[in-house]
Amino acid sequence: MADILGAEVDEEGFLVNLGDWTEEIAVEMAKGDEIELSEEHWDVINFLRGYFEEYQIAPAVRVLTKAIGKQFGKEKGNSKYLYSLFPYGPGKQGCRFAGLPKPTGCI
Amino acid sequence: MAAKEFDIPALPTYIEIPEINEGIMEGDGPFKSSEEFQDPLGFPGEKVDNWQELAIEKMGELKSKYRSVQVFLDSCVKCGACTDKCHYFLGSSDPKNMPVARQDLFRSVYRRHFTFAGKYFPKLVGAKELDDKMLDDWYNYFHQCSQCRRCSVFCPYGIDTAEISMAAREVLDVVGVGQKYCNQILGKAITVGNNLGLPEPALKDTLLDLEEEIEEETGIAVKYPLDVKGSEILLITPSADFFAEPHIDGLIGYGKVFHQDGVSWTMSSYASEGANFGMFIGSYDVMRRAALRIRKAALDLEVSRVMVGECGHAWRVAYSFWNTLTGVGAGASDEFGLKLQNQLDSRYPQPQHIIEYTHDLIQRDKLKFDKSENDDRTVTFHDSCNVARATNMGGIPNGQFILPREVIKAVCNNYVDMERSTIMESTFCCGGGGGLLTDDLMEIRIKGAMPRMQALKEVEKTNGVDTLVAICAICKSQFSKVLPKFDFDPYMIVSAHQLVSEAIIMDKPQTDDSASEEAEEVTE
Repeated sequence: MADILGAEVDEEGFLVNLGDWTEEIAVEMAKGDEIELSEEHWDVINFLRGYFEEYQIAPAVRVLTKAIGKQFGKEKGNSKYLYSLFPYGPGKQGCRFAGLPKPTGCI
Repeated sequence: MAAKEFDIPALPTYIEIPEINEGIMEGDGPFKSSEEFQDPLGFPGEKVDNWQELAIEKMGELKSKYRSVQVFLDSCVKCGACTDKCHYFLGSSDPKNMPVARQDLFRSVYRRHFTFAGKYFPKLVGAKELDDKMLDDWYNYFHQCSQCRRCSVFCPYGIDTAEISMAAREVLDVVGVGQKYCNQILGKAITVGNNLGLPEPALKDTLLDLEEEIEEETGIAVKYPLDVKGSEILLITPSADFFAEPHIDGLIGYGKVFHQDGVSWTMSSYASEGANFGMFIGSYDVMRRAALRIRKAALDLEVSRVMVGECGHAWRVAYSFWNTLTGVGAGASDEFGLKLQNQLDSRYPQPQHIIEYTHDLIQRDKLKFDKSENDDRTVTFHDSCNVARATNMGGIPNGQFILPREVIKAVCNNYVDMERSTIMESTFCCGGGGGLLTDDLMEIRIKGAMPRMQALKEVEKTNGVDTLVAICAICKSQFSKVLPKFDFDPYMIVSAHQLVSEAIIMDKPQTDDSASEEAEEVTE
């Protein structure tokens, strides 16, 4: 199985052991997607990690956009903004960088 | 991660039968399931040593258990009527995506082992051995079928490729070759209660958040009750409605309709999923385990009606299987099924689709709309395959086509249909149904979307259509991914109840905690 900085990842690039996550791993994953993590990216990643810690699941898109809008300004509280940061989707790409499991279902 | 490069099909003026490209969609298929995901469903964690023996045994069992499968395998006369009806063939040009060729992957093995001619003169009748290559082909090509059943509409014998595809996937699971996407999801559905694995606290908070948002926007306290015992209606909706966009705007619409009607309703944290992927993998047993959660929730919450949200195959499972699986509807014979049948109010359809419910309220003038709220849109409707070809609504012929359109037309002024041969019973699949809505199948998803996109492009050019409505969570997610590949706005896909939500006039006097008061009335 593949690894990123020694941490095992599955065939879709998600961490196998969520405890392996480090900021360096997030940076490395983003590099693989040709993204340089900015402060805005980190705001979202940190929110995702905080939410996951509380609920053991990634937040719903609407919960995420609302929370980001509240914390960082209304103009950022929409999925278009989040897609501009994470072109493969805040749910899937954002969760991967944040070391969360991949959201599954009809989404 | 870098995705595999492939050509996105151009949209022709009208659909032509493509020149065939043999083997263009050959491959390893979607990611395989591992022990972690196989085990909870009762399937082996990896390909077992005696897989051939087991597979043939399972085929024998399926052909006896489901007479339809045997009839479908025996009756094909190779007339060719189905060949150009599959969206995956039209979009990919791989001849193995012709429905008859897809069926023949399974049929040739059936002939070899279960027919006289195939046993003794295999070459004469196209009978083949189930070897590694054949099993790989099964895995690959039966995961390029969305079980949409369009081909079966055009087959003079009514052969249903979906059933053969389900049977093949069940055999694959039994020998330990499962699909990761479906089986991982099913594991969550039968343990947590929904495909996302959304636990109760997260669901509760998500719904509270939604209530807050609606109240901020409209000033009206629309409620999203969870686990309220004694409610009249239990709503079973796809969990994507809680989680994803545009789905959640549909959920907002359901809530507003319930609010205006003044009915008491609830969702269940134990059974918070309408979608039932047990159907996709062809396993009656797993489908039943998922459905039984709904029965338990309905009994525990003492509801008198069970309603289904906007989800294509959920409605098929509810409409066609819930009766015997769970007792929602007639036909159950076990103790709990009978108990539920007695509990449910027989004056209402059981189960009832949310579209039937809203449609009924509209018919009875219970809802008022300001249609001009949707005047910025020109709308068309995508019939989702499972609703279109496996169910009904409203108990009238073709109701499943009529009711959604009537609801949409009641809330917006500008509506046009796409070309007749691409809608209603002939609807083209969105390209992501049947357990294919996963990133590792993006190539076939995009190619398979081509025929639907072609019809959409025509009404965009001719009628200025800028809004596509669907009543299926998979369709909505698939479209928001594939629309931009064909130069459409990904935000043009919306729920039917999003349009309802935008036009509905919320004039019901506000009362405090009306839901629980009415809930008590019901139980008296």
